[in-house]
Amino acid sequence: MSPYQENTVNPRLDIDRIIDDRRSRIIVCCGSGGVGKTTTAAAIGLRAAERGRQVCVLTVDPARRLAQSMGLTSLDNTPRLVDGIDDEADGSLHAMMLDMKRTFDEVVEAHADPARAAQILANPFYQSLSSSFSGTQEYMAMEKLGQLRRSDEWDLIVVDTPPSRSALDFLDAPERLGRFLDGRLIKVLTAPMKASRPFGRVLNAGLSVMTGALTKLLGGQVLRDAQTFITAFDTMFGGFRERADATYRLLQAPGTSFLVIATPEPDALREASYFVERLDEERMPLAGLILNRVHGAGVSRLSAASSLAAAETLEAAGPHGGVAADSPAGYSLAAAALRLHAERMNLGERERRVAGSFMSAHPAVPVIEVPALPEDVHDLAGLRHVGRAFAGSQPAELDRLWSTTS
Amino acid sequence: MTARDTDWDGVRLHVVTGKGGTGKTTVAAALALALAHAGRRVLLIEAEGRQGIARLFDRPPLPYEERKIAIGPGEARDGRDPGGDVYALAIDPEGALLDYLQMFYGMRSAGVALTRLGMVDFATTIAPGLSDVLVTGKATEATRRKQAGSPTGFAYDAVVLDAPPTGRIGRFLNVSAEVSGLAKVGPIRSHADSVANVIKSPQTAVHFVCTLEEMPVQETLDGIAELRAVPGMQVGGIVINMTRPAVLSRQELKAQPDLPAMASALGAAGLYDPDSLAAALAGEISEHARYIELADRERSELEAAGQPVYELPLIAEGIDLAALHKLAAELRDQGAA
Repeated sequence: MSPYQENTVNPRLDIDRIIDDRRSRIIVCCGSGGVGKTTTAAAIGLRAAERGRQVCVLTVDPARRLAQSMGLTSLDNTPRLVDGIDDEADGSLHAMMLDMKRTFDEVVEAHADPARAAQILANPFYQSLSSSFSGTQEYMAMEKLGQLRRSDEWDLIVVDTPPSRSALDFLDAPERLGRFLDGRLIKVLTAPMKASRPFGRVLNAGLSVMTGALTKLLGGQVLRDAQTFITAFDTMFGGFRERADATYRLLQAPGTSFLVIATPEPDALREASYFVERLDEERMPLAGLILNRVHGAGVSRLSAASSLAAAETLEAAGPHGGVAADSPAGYSLAAAALRLHAERMNLGERERRVAGSFMSAHPAVPVIEVPALPEDVHDLAGLRHVGRAFAGSQPAELDRLWSTTS
Repeated sequence: MTARDTDWDGVRLHVVTGKGGTGKTTVAAALALALAHAGRRVLLIEAEGRQGIARLFDRPPLPYEERKIAIGPGEARDGRDPGGDVYALAIDPEGALLDYLQMFYGMRSAGVALTRLGMVDFATTIAPGLSDVLVTGKATEATRRKQAGSPTGFAYDAVVLDAPPTGRIGRFLNVSAEVSGLAKVGPIRSHADSVANVIKSPQTAVHFVCTLEEMPVQETLDGIAELRAVPGMQVGGIVINMTRPAVLSRQELKAQPDLPAMASALGAAGLYDPDSLAAALAGEISEHARYIELADRERSELEAAGQPVYELPLIAEGIDLAALHKLAAELRDQGAA
């Protein structure tokens, strides 16, 4: 029994059931930065492949050595076969790193005629939008996921989400660009070019005040670039929106499971709570929470308080204090070991408290804990080791999960 | 003023970055407290709108407004150090835009209209560089702000910016490069250039918060290399956060524990079943030894970067105001402030 779950009612998250169910087609790993999302996604991918699935792991910005462990050396947008997996069950593992800009370029090229596409690709606003860090990465990760899913080359895709500034970024990404390009500001910016339209003239007087302010703020050249970009983008916009909507529906569909990843730290679990609530609101199929880097209790029968008290007794009495002892070294070692143990129990107690408050706020969310490892994972053996923590015992309720979300 | 030298005398804008999960906001807050002594005024700015500072100081969410949230430590021994004041400000791009329009053009109402039209959404979506300029612009404005009657002539003696994570820091700070692709001339460009003049000057230092784990260390080293490549940018200290105390010496950790001796001591302390307890505790020691060995390796990698290194202990009970003061005292003792 895991240390945190003994007093809670949260069901145990059974990842093996999810990866063994052939109807599972997409697993999305989300959570705040630094909680081990990429490692978790890779470990799930490897485990699924070694249990017979044809898996593709789509990752965004992995740590160098983890990427190397899967044979990824560059951002090339092409799924690469990972060597060295156990293929006895006839599974396979591919992995790819997202090239955000290239994915965006491809979308533009697919939706605009060559001349217009060239115009868009050369625009400084497009270049900023397509290579900037926030928002676009989320949008393109979802776009790529949609592409991989449609290609039907893999029967399970595991995706780890970008380390967003906030949970909202990732879920909003597919829709955000759409809402944005439909926005009023865009209409203001493009108004001078559309002035011949019937309503354009009427609005124009008020709008010229706005564009005046914008010119002052941004400078005339910036405004002209923005206007050119938006006008060019406008024509391909319908296609964009449709794609975003399709990806969004794909995420809600049966076959998709969301896993929220956290560590037993207040910030990470606060973000996890937010994800859980948001996924629920959006009717996205949340499979459960993976609690990474949990510190095991070791000798749990000895509490921090008793341990410290015993350490103090030993230090006060000492080998010269009249208590019989075979060696003085035994005394100081025992006292130090007891202090170490107390520190560990305190840490465990804190984690238990933090995790416990998440669990009591979300008692229906299945949870699994993954013990803290001394070292970062950077080879397949390490990923396999993490994957073993996923071995399940209770049935997951995929039918229930997918019947309530679609 | 104290006569004591710190590693960052002359620095007025402290930018604090770090990988997610390393305690960047906590360290920024502790640094602000540490700097707020001898009657100094320090402004602590949160750039990413998470309201982490309000939570740390146990306050309701901060508005876009500079308000006092804490009093720095006075050095009570001589009774002459009255302590200082920590002010806090949560910046959001929207507020920063309105501020910018008001300050430079006196166009607040036009700004409100632009915000309603989705100007901020526009800026953050189409060109995040623009909103970064607005946020760093606010921080540099506070750094340069003059105030009549203040001993130094400045409104704040120091500004601490809780900046975006290490992975984004280079882009976030390199505002002029970020904007130059968009605006070659014009007001935004000149604003970006003046922001860059402060950031790439000896008055600004960029500190990295890190834990002794492989990935955060690698990101820190990458981040330092990235900033060093930008002329004028000053890399600050490395704050190793959440270190665990060394209960046992390196030698004791390496040695094979003498189980019978340990068991007899545990028995003497009145603990039940000392033999199996000794074996279990020995297991915990060897696990800890492994942790220390790895931590030592990561620490020496950080030290090799050649920047001042500070260490802050893990506070197992969680971070509250008392813990922040404790961390601030550590930073002061180690010369970071």
